[in-house]
Amino acid sequence: MALNYTKKTLKHFLKPHNVGSINKPDGYAQIGNMVCGDQLDFFLKVEKGKIKDVKFLSFGCASNIATASILTEKVKGLSIAAAKEYNWQKIVDELGGLPNQKIHCSVMAVEGLKKAIADYEKKGDKKKLLKPKTTTKPIKKDIKKVSKKRTKIAKK
Amino acid sequence: MKVYLDNAATTRLDPRVFTKIKPYFSEKYANASSIHLPGQEAYLDLQKAKQSVAKTFRGEANNVIFTSGATEANNFIIKGVALANRGKGNKIIISALEHPCVRESANELARDGFKVVVVEADKEGIITPEALRKVIDRETILVSIMAVNNEIGTIQDLTALSKITHEYGAYFHTDATQGIPYLDFDIKKMGLDFLSMSAHKINGPKGVGVAYINRQIKIRPLIIGGGQEDGYRAGTYNLPGIVGLAYALELAYKERKTYLKKVKFLRDRLLKGIKKEIPEVKINGSLDSRIEANLNVMFGYVEGEAILIDLSSKGICVSTGSACSASNLKASYVLSAIGLEKHFLNSNIRFSLGRFNTVAEIDYTIKCLKNTVSRLRKFSPIK
Repeated sequence: MALNYTKKTLKHFLKPHNVGSINKPDGYAQIGNMVCGDQLDFFLKVEKGKIKDVKFLSFGCASNIATASILTEKVKGLSIAAAKEYNWQKIVDELGGLPNQKIHCSVMAVEGLKKAIADYEKKGDKKKLLKPKTTTKPIKKDIKKVSKKRTKIAKK
Repeated sequence: MKVYLDNAATTRLDPRVFTKIKPYFSEKYANASSIHLPGQEAYLDLQKAKQSVAKTFRGEANNVIFTSGATEANNFIIKGVALANRGKGNKIIISALEHPCVRESANELARDGFKVVVVEADKEGIITPEALRKVIDRETILVSIMAVNNEIGTIQDLTALSKITHEYGAYFHTDATQGIPYLDFDIKKMGLDFLSMSAHKINGPKGVGVAYINRQIKIRPLIIGGGQEDGYRAGTYNLPGIVGLAYALELAYKERKTYLKKVKFLRDRLLKGIKKEIPEVKINGSLDSRIEANLNVMFGYVEGEAILIDLSSKGICVSTGSACSASNLKASYVLSAIGLEKHFLNSNIRFSLGRFNTVAEIDYTIKCLKNTVSRLRKFSPIK
């Protein structure tokens, strides 16, 4: 299978922005898992309704890393409402396109971010210490969800 | 620096082979089926190529059928033998490690009503005689087990497996594509009824392969038309390819000893370097029963495609069995078959060395690999 990553995608893969974790994040989420071959962990710091800082960790392919990199770069500084509006198509456009079988990476990155925002909203503005759940056990629900989406996208 | 460590995918054409086949494009272009003098000369070159191939395998020139590659040869043999011998039984056995062209040929037969049974591999990537005994019976028409696996490079004991196959009156086929020149093939001694191979894996040209058949066994042709190859395979003889295949094969075995020594030295250097420089790695498949050119490594906590793309940006070409690299988004069935844990299925890299690799290239690869893996591990959520 040939992969045609754009120069911009490669740049974001080789020198990703916002990698790492945030101590005591206001919002945290994990999406995907090792078994599927891609996992993203998002960490949010929110101040006055705006994303003050966002970081991610990745177990994933080049486009998994690149999409999370560009997404975090774009939503940093945005209001929570605006960040929620950011969709996968924008990521693909920003990167100058993604190979078809890699579109799901952008979908996953957006969903991961939304999950982290939901976590923040659930907790309100209370700054609660959250321990990232890192596990090597497969999360069955997530696998199903992601693989369904993948099959759909792959079929397109 | 450019480093090509993907020789199991394809190889660079040997310059000597290139020189040898050039005239077959420019001057000696006649059709080997033509009656005029240049045609007859082409036919003689075709026969010479068959003799040369047969000599390597200690077989008969008459049994060498040229195809477009190993994929066609495998399709031809598996489907051809099954369909022509349907009265004999209804069962086809393939191993869990077979190349997709064997698996898909078998799947097609299954859709046509044949019973297809898979013989499992052990954790080392070996098909044991006991495993074959468990699934074979008198209903079996054909057993197809590859000589060497393309992903993990493990070698099968073809002599033992073919012996069991013949005890049950079935025919034995091996896909030898990845086994040349690592195994010394002897058709008769090893009990091989059918063998497939491809030229481009051994520094020969692309688009040409061999189906070695046993003319005593019925087989239905896959490609029909002008009656070439005694009707076994129609289509104008691809003489540049055929001459190139025969010459590449000849060179591969003529220089086998030196090549194996060199490639083993380089592979072991790579293995040693990886083990020394990078923690949390695991070698997939048996190291003892493996060809000298292959190394398949699991790098814990990082994804294979990311390693591949990172190395590629540094000029190094490898391959991976991770789901992210496959068009069907499924991780390697070979690594699953040898029992690699699900969590590790997406973290593997195949290094396949070849004739043109150097010590400097291996050392550069180790250095880059160390940086690549440590960079990716730094932001992996899995520790």
